[in-house]
Amino acid sequence: MMDLLSQAGVLFSSAIRIAIPIVYGAMACMICELSGIVNIGVEGMMLAGSFGGVLASYLTGSAWIGLLFAMAFAMVFALLHGILTIRFKTGHIISGLGINLLASGITTLLLVSIWNNRGKSDAVAGLGTVQLTFLKNIPFIGEAFGNLSPLFFLMVLLIIGFWILLYKTVWGLRLRTVGESPKTADSAGINVTKMQYTAVLLCGALAGIGGAYLSIGDIGLFARDMVAGRGYIAMAVNIFGGWNPLGVLCGGMVFGIAQSTQFRLQGDNFPVQIVQMLPYLLTILVLILVKNRARGPSAAGKSFDRAEV
Amino acid sequence: MDNAKHKALTILIKAGKQLVLPLISIVLVFIVSSVILLFSGHSPISAYGAMISGAFGDMGKIADTLGTATPLILTGLAVAIAMKGGAVNIGCEGQLYAGAMAATITGIFVKGLPAVLHIPLCLLAAMVAGGLWASFAGWLKVRLQTSEVIVTIMLNYIAIYLTDYIVTYWIKAEGMVVKTPNVLDSALLMKLYPHSRLTIGFIIAVVITVLLYWMLKKTVFGFELQAMGYNRAAAETGGVNLNKCFMAAMLLSGALAGLAGAVEVLGVHKYFIKGFSPGYGYDGLSIAVLGQNTPIGVAVSAVLFGALRSGATMMDRATNIPGDFVVILQALIILFVATPGIVMELRRQGRILFMRGKDGKQA
Repeated sequence: MMDLLSQAGVLFSSAIRIAIPIVYGAMACMICELSGIVNIGVEGMMLAGSFGGVLASYLTGSAWIGLLFAMAFAMVFALLHGILTIRFKTGHIISGLGINLLASGITTLLLVSIWNNRGKSDAVAGLGTVQLTFLKNIPFIGEAFGNLSPLFFLMVLLIIGFWILLYKTVWGLRLRTVGESPKTADSAGINVTKMQYTAVLLCGALAGIGGAYLSIGDIGLFARDMVAGRGYIAMAVNIFGGWNPLGVLCGGMVFGIAQSTQFRLQGDNFPVQIVQMLPYLLTILVLILVKNRARGPSAAGKSFDRAEV
Repeated sequence: MDNAKHKALTILIKAGKQLVLPLISIVLVFIVSSVILLFSGHSPISAYGAMISGAFGDMGKIADTLGTATPLILTGLAVAIAMKGGAVNIGCEGQLYAGAMAATITGIFVKGLPAVLHIPLCLLAAMVAGGLWASFAGWLKVRLQTSEVIVTIMLNYIAIYLTDYIVTYWIKAEGMVVKTPNVLDSALLMKLYPHSRLTIGFIIAVVITVLLYWMLKKTVFGFELQAMGYNRAAAETGGVNLNKCFMAAMLLSGALAGLAGAVEVLGVHKYFIKGFSPGYGYDGLSIAVLGQNTPIGVAVSAVLFGALRSGATMMDRATNIPGDFVVILQALIILFVATPGIVMELRRQGRILFMRGKDGKQA
């Protein structure tokens, strides 16, 4: 019995590790879409975060400065997406795709410039893990939460924080109004543009942390295109979570548990291609399961123009 | 007589106006990318020099450029046709892999046919495979309102791993390299220029461009498709069956992307190998944006992108700039062309500066 519990704990902890970057990415999508900006560029912003984190950690030797840089790097790309979609009214999908390509190209180019390597960077200082020794003797809990990245605990705080922000504050109500009907928001005296820029920048910061988890939070180096579609998966998890921080957490964990169970059950002689395919199959399955029940902000994807009646 | 002259002139002016934005955007792209190159410690002059000589240096290189453009024309058209109907098909890469695999299997296992039958059969198999792969996303959208954007992206990854699985476990050729055996000679596309990538696939792509131009201008389906893309509600009121039209758009789009995979495998590689496409499907998106979703515009943009790709290969070898640099160019092209506001803003600022300069002289 104890053995089973401890195995479940190990499984749960690996599920959390899979879920962390996806939950950050999904929260980034969430906050952005709630303000009416569809953000397919989260993939690229996460990649920028992964790279920025490694670069700053490499230069300063401190992974925490790396984390700040990861956020800043991703926010630059987010700001670009914001300027294009809010100021210039570019199609949100096209702009997001452009951001993804740009992030992929620039990080690869810089990878060669800095480390003279086309595949990956040098190993750098990572964020390490938080050892909770007092949990060690509790079955399940000890294995599951005893040795996790500090970014996990930050994630929990952020989820609670964002839930309060969105549903218990005036700002949250305003943000949701902007995404639902910018015209109403505008006539109620809300500065739509300012709200949208704030949301896009928050989105960039969250995506940056998610990306940083992949590089300095986990393996301690940057590999080319290391986000590998997690940004897109995050978009689906956000839909699954119903644009709600708690839903996003659940969605991310469902995803993580399914993934880690698969790894467990398969063993060694299972074709690697099928294993690699699973997260993407799972994403489609998730989208099929939520079907048309999922409804996002009404005005998401449309640029707002005050002059238009 | 005068009337005809006038008409020709109007058409020319209209075409000119359509060209202005892409051309200015491309100039801006080269300026911005030069700055990026300088910042990352490379010389833009040697980079673009290597690219131009790599793309147009001699007859063989021009043939390679056109050969590289061949799948790009098809994926560009695939994205453009979907876009015309308001569908976003980001799954061309996966449809291309599905099509390439279907063409390879038909090319290897269907024996005893003459080339005139074998080649069309392979191309057809590729179109069916690509079309079905895309239709799945279309079907989910129509039935469950699932975003085709996310589903097509997921299907890309799935197609790439699935075809890799098929190669590794079912039809691997003898030897260390994980690839399929060569397709039969009767399935190979004839070369138009010796030892180059240019095959009759290029002619097929051009013919399809013209066909699609005609389809959009002259057929009921073309009209309905564009009506749906322009205003769904109005199209429905006008009697367009939206679901059917959407499915048809995705099917056609996927078929074109599948065909792109087939011409690449049957014309250039002769076998299927993982990673044979350096992102031709994703290039289709940038090409469709640059070509503003018109078939002719797409074909011209595809040749430009073909030049970028084959130029990048040369740049990769001649300088220490990775070929992935073209990805930055593509991103900038997408962003600038899709954002006419930037060019207009620059023009406005330029005009203000110009006026100020004039005032200064007068004073």
